[in-house]
Amino acid sequence: MTQQIALEGGPSLERIARGEGLALCASGSWTARFAPALERLVAEAEQIADSKPNVSIDVSGIARLDTFGAWLIERLRRNLGQDGAEARISGLSTNYASLVDEVRQVGTAELPPKSGLSLRGPIEKLGRTMYAFFDDIVALISMMGAVLAGLGRIVIRPTSFRLTSTVHHLEQVCWRAVPIIVLITFLIGCIVAQQGIFHFRKFGADVFVVDMLGVLVLRELGVLLVSIMVAGRSGSAYTAELGSMKMREEIDALRTMGFDPIDVLIVPRLIALVLAVPILTFLGAMAALYGGGLVAWVYGGVDPEAFLLRLRDAISIDHFTVGMIKAPVMAAVIGIVACVEGLAVQGSAESLGRHTTASVVKSIFFVIVMDGVFAIFFAGIGI
Amino acid sequence: MTEAADPIIRVRDVTVQFGATKVLNGLDLDVRRGEILGFVGPSGAGKSVLTRTIIGLVPKLSGSIEVFGIDLDKAGKAERRGVERRWGILFQQGALFSSLTVRQNIQFPVREYLKLSQRLLDEITIAKLVMVGLKPDVIDRYPSELSGGMIKRVALARALALDPELVFLDEPTSGLDPIGAGDFDELVRTLQRTLGLTVFMVTHDLDSLHTACDRIAVLGDGKVIAAGTIADMQASQHPWLRSYFHGKRARAVVGSP
Ligand SMILES: Nc1ncnc2c1ncn2[C@@H]1O[C@H](COP(=O)(O)OP(=O)(O)OP(=O)(O)O)[C@@H](O)[C@H]1O
Ligand SMILES: [Mg+2]
Repeated sequence: MTQQIALEGGPSLERIARGEGLALCASGSWTARFAPALERLVAEAEQIADSKPNVSIDVSGIARLDTFGAWLIERLRRNLGQDGAEARISGLSTNYASLVDEVRQVGTAELPPKSGLSLRGPIEKLGRTMYAFFDDIVALISMMGAVLAGLGRIVIRPTSFRLTSTVHHLEQVCWRAVPIIVLITFLIGCIVAQQGIFHFRKFGADVFVVDMLGVLVLRELGVLLVSIMVAGRSGSAYTAELGSMKMREEIDALRTMGFDPIDVLIVPRLIALVLAVPILTFLGAMAALYGGGLVAWVYGGVDPEAFLLRLRDAISIDHFTVGMIKAPVMAAVIGIVACVEGLAVQGSAESLGRHTTASVVKSIFFVIVMDGVFAIFFAGIGI
Repeated sequence: MTEAADPIIRVRDVTVQFGATKVLNGLDLDVRRGEILGFVGPSGAGKSVLTRTIIGLVPKLSGSIEVFGIDLDKAGKAERRGVERRWGILFQQGALFSSLTVRQNIQFPVREYLKLSQRLLDEITIAKLVMVGLKPDVIDRYPSELSGGMIKRVALARALALDPELVFLDEPTSGLDPIGAGDFDELVRTLQRTLGLTVFMVTHDLDSLHTACDRIAVLGDGKVIAAGTIADMQASQHPWLRSYFHGKRARAVVGSP
């Protein structure tokens, strides 16, 4: 009785009846290239040979063997060797014997089970997210404390202030951000003015667009737009920088050399941001007013002279002050969120990505919350 | 240098430059099929750069490199993939994928090239882990949760995942304890014997050079300044080789003054 499960040029496993028992004769290349076919061969052989006692595996015909083949032979031997039957491997050349010995040390029962899906998962996640929210608040407050302590140290010993680093970050977050911030606020100013004129014209109130533009840009739009852009541009960069330093143990190295990462890395970044955002807000507001004025002139027929006169009546210094008071606070919020997220990065690239995303999302969220708080506050004191 | 009958890697007159400094300057090297070549040289000599140049990660200024008889500069995409399927690389820093577990790291190349059942994949993964001397319970850990030596071993398991014909090992035993390093040399030997593996091994480990390597090539001044067996190296009069193979550490390994 000779049955053969053969593959062209590839491996084969021949079944030969030998007296009482059965011999499985392996031949061909038992290598990774043929692994899918080998897996099928071995599975079939296991089924058929299951009923027979006294099975032996003859591997003398094998031309090439690697770990895939060696493991499959070993697996065959083990599975046949169960329930009383005896399986031996014969015809093993000395070269391959050591390889088979290597895979023989592998246990099969050691496979750790994979955790399955269940209904509990999502609910548990929801709970953990809620807890994580409180942890976030705590982390933000403790970072704020650490930064204040760092600033205190600078006040006590001004020489410890890292001027070079601060100037470097100021260049990154302020100077290099100017073109894009000015461009975008300019365009937004144009759009707001155009929409205002379009709708106010129905009531014959074209010229009130100047009031709207002035108040909106100086009080809200300038600082909000700039904060959101800075969160996306510089907050994310801070998180990624600190996060990758954390990943490569650079922050631990700093600490062991007796430096406080807060002083070396975080305070200069925050100071740079707190200086940058008001400057950018001012530039952004001017660009938006300029854009709005341009549209009012070209599209609404309000000439520049009339625009400026109207603007002088419509806005007071309070509107400008409100915007400028908010700016450094927004900067601090963005900076602190970015640094907390950066230091929370764990070892993997995925974690870096997650925290960078979280940094941007959370800082924009907090910026808007703070803006609401400010609105209530300023309404309360009547400006 | 003797011409090999059947070189698996053939490097001719290769020059690599970063900015104004020539790291490799007209380098020739043959790696023969089935041998373990130990590659030594001072730190910063350009061993890693040569490895990366052969693999094609660093562009070369001039010269030609053939692997498996195929010039990778002229090879098409499919041909290049065919070559990549046949080699495995252990980077000096491990280069494990940080967002994948050990299991996923090792299975990643296998899944790409072979359609196997999850069961066989897991079993092969465990077999590879045991072969490189790790316990199977690390299988679901992330690289950041492993020790330095464990990272090396997992990276080696990944390099060997597809049972390649040629492996590049950049300082495989640095960061391993001496016993682990000895086991490692043993493993490389076994694989060479059984799989006909060719190994290009950058190393500073004198023990490895003695016990594992068939031949040693020495890099200096951007060239291979010597190549041969360990006995040739010990007989060499080159000053760097003399201090390398007859220094205090070397005497400790050989056990003779
Ligand atoms: N991307 C790069 N840009 C510029 N110079 C580089 C670059 N990569 C390597 N070098 C330089 O090339 C030289 C060789 O570096 P290489 O990493 O190959 O050294 P090595 O021989 O592997 O040393 P080691 O034994 O310490 O690993 C070094 O001087 C290094 O500074
Ligand atoms: Mg190197």
